[in-house]
Amino acid sequence: MSLDTLKFSDLDALYDEENALVATSMYEDPDLFAEEMEKIFKNTWVWVAHESEFPDKGSFKLSNVGLEPVIVVRDRKGVIHCMVNRCRHRAATVCEVKKGKTSSFQCPYHGWGYGLDGSLRALPYPEQYGDDFNKEQHGLLKLRTEAYNGMVFATFKEDIEPLEEFLGPAVCRYIDLFMKQGGGFPVKVLGEHQFSVPMNWKVQLENTTDAYHFPIVHKSFMQTLDGATEEMFDFLDKGRGWVEDLGNGHSIMMMIPELEDLDADLDQPIPERFEELAAEIRAEGYPEDQVKKIVRAVGGAGFNLNLFPNVSFSLAFFRVLTPINVEKTDIRHIAIGMDGGPDAANQMRLRLHEHFQGPMGFGSPDDAEVWERVQRGTKGGETLPILVNRGLVDEEPGPTGPRGHISAETGMRAAYKMWKRMMSK
Amino acid sequence: MTEMSKIDTRALLADVTEFIWAEGAMLDAKEYDAWLELWTEDGLYIMPMGAGDDYKNQLNLCYDNAKMRRDRIGRFQRGFSISSAPPAETVRTLSRFRIEAAEGDLITVSCAEHLVEDKFGRQRIWAGNALYTLKVTDGGFKLHGKIVRLLNSDGMLNSFSYLF
Repeated sequence: MSLDTLKFSDLDALYDEENALVATSMYEDPDLFAEEMEKIFKNTWVWVAHESEFPDKGSFKLSNVGLEPVIVVRDRKGVIHCMVNRCRHRAATVCEVKKGKTSSFQCPYHGWGYGLDGSLRALPYPEQYGDDFNKEQHGLLKLRTEAYNGMVFATFKEDIEPLEEFLGPAVCRYIDLFMKQGGGFPVKVLGEHQFSVPMNWKVQLENTTDAYHFPIVHKSFMQTLDGATEEMFDFLDKGRGWVEDLGNGHSIMMMIPELEDLDADLDQPIPERFEELAAEIRAEGYPEDQVKKIVRAVGGAGFNLNLFPNVSFSLAFFRVLTPINVEKTDIRHIAIGMDGGPDAANQMRLRLHEHFQGPMGFGSPDDAEVWERVQRGTKGGETLPILVNRGLVDEEPGPTGPRGHISAETGMRAAYKMWKRMMSK
Repeated sequence: MTEMSKIDTRALLADVTEFIWAEGAMLDAKEYDAWLELWTEDGLYIMPMGAGDDYKNQLNLCYDNAKMRRDRIGRFQRGFSISSAPPAETVRTLSRFRIEAAEGDLITVSCAEHLVEDKFGRQRIWAGNALYTLKVTDGGFKLHGKIVRLLNSDGMLNSFSYLF
């Protein structure tokens, strides 16, 4: 047995499940990071794309599964493929365009050409490989790829359970509820903010299920809201929300329960801040029931659904994490809107997204600052534990798993439980 | 549009350069109240992403009208935003000025912007193309439009606690 195996066999020291304590080295140890990339990111379903990002036959986008660069593409029959962006000859990437449309991928080095399904179609001067060269064995390395309600996931683990089973019925229900912010139209990606933060990926994994930080870190954002919206975001004082473990590392943080189902109570009056938008949509000829549905959808859902290990459905956008190294993580905040919906509604969604998200948002820079401060703080006191035990005191069994107060760290415990399960294999 | 040949471009270039340098110095010194005063009420401060120019219908880094500018400055100044209390310090240079157009009382000027930020003793460098629309008034120039397109604007960036 190697020393490394011994070291990581002590998973209880890294995450003490009973007391909900995380060891400092969880954010700091490069060997542990390498192990996580193998045991977690190569052994589960990892989010790679939303279907609207590559809508047509031949359209593609670049993505990542853990550290591995991949291409997600739709072939001529509309089937979605995900494959490693690496020529089978001498490893050059076959595509460096972030998003686009093509009929094939050709390696720039020696011209090996691949089809949209990753199969090797042709190579220059093949005779030098001899008669027994088998093109079928030299296609791009493929990942198993499945989608649920527009969200595309891929995995290196060929024998993993189907995506829908991995997500489970509770997660699928919340995904369906989240997608109601299409307002009756299909959900469409409108763009994405990207920023890199010097932090371990798990700091980010924790954050989307952390309501406790919101009134502190985002006070300066709250101060720029109108009274009614500020009241709505005051979910900690109102305390009617909850956090629940949904299994397999996933969790739900229900901040604004009245916005769990955007189709409920649609006869409620339109909030003042949306009146101007409603008038604009009415003027375009939409009937009143549709106006109400669209306007309600513009504000987003009332919850964060956090999927292990790399994507969160966060109120009105998708948040994706990509681990880069033990102390660096790339973050994407993907703006979504209504495909075919009124321009005014999508414009408002874009402005709301810019207001909070991204490098210049009123929220994200403060998030990024505290995440970095966590990474800087863990340089000291390496024997001190990181506490994720908040809310254990009155946690109760929920419909799917443990359910705690809105500010409870139940979602982090769900993620670390899954982390431990995967790392112990 | 006034024909460019009829404008005394050398004198105009000196005037707009002086104004834009003064604005840049204000931003480095974080004299934000004075900066807000430079603007026309219906001016837009935009940092786009990628090559697109349909700013209203695309996702930008920021798309600030007068209210958003005031809110942004208020956020910087009130001390509740951890990323801007303290903010990164910046030093910028603006150069390669070119008058792109002069129409009525509006002058469009392009230039290059290089900015170095420092926080936690870590320095980062940013570069972008800036496009200013200046309005000629009795009291001198006013900012009517400012579009700063960073290199890699639609790629991986870091968060900003200051203005470009």
